[in-house]
Amino acid sequence: MIVLNKKYFEEILKHSLSHLPNEGCGLLAGTFEGDKKIIKKVYLLTNIDNSPEHFSMDAKEQFDAVKDMRNNDLLLLGNFHSHPSTPARPSDEDKRLAYDKSMSYLILSLEDRKKPVLKSFNIINGEVTEEEIIEGENDNGIC
Amino acid sequence: MLIKVNGKEIELSKGVNISEFLIEQKVEMPEYVTVQINEEIIPKEQFETTIISTGDSVEFLYFMGGGSI
Repeated sequence: MIVLNKKYFEEILKHSLSHLPNEGCGLLAGTFEGDKKIIKKVYLLTNIDNSPEHFSMDAKEQFDAVKDMRNNDLLLLGNFHSHPSTPARPSDEDKRLAYDKSMSYLILSLEDRKKPVLKSFNIINGEVTEEEIIEGENDNGIC
Repeated sequence: MLIKVNGKEIELSKGVNISEFLIEQKVEMPEYVTVQINEEIIPKEQFETTIISTGDSVEFLYFMGGGSI
């Protein structure tokens, strides 16, 4: 399961809304507490595809984010992208491009702009399992 | 020779090109890996011709992308 403070959800939402009509994307970093992934920092990245149906993260920004994680003793725990007009479920392309079995893949659906839906998935060899998201209660993302 | 890989120092027995390096590091699906050497992103078509040298700082990560359709 993944623990996400509300403020990080809001960062993801704001970033994704600002990218409409295109998809927004970014990385999630944090630490493990037992089997819980505690998100402690969200990196808002550029979708270089500039597309409402596809995303590719800017590689330079990805490298910068990973180095920042290392400097702050954080681990890369997952990534997120938005679906501007489809539900929060991995597309065939999402499944095909999910190379890292340890990552959480979060999808924010903006299909109903008034009711954004964020879901997290583990994707292993194309097999999708939804992962529970728990809302953290303080700045450290701890429940 | 000593190089840095994703922030950690490692020893390589000899200079290798990026493709050989990714095989040596047992990187799965190297075709989807982006490589940066000394802060410069190396185009994939230069993986065979770019030799990693002593003291280089090598970073690699997986391309991340997808879509909603």
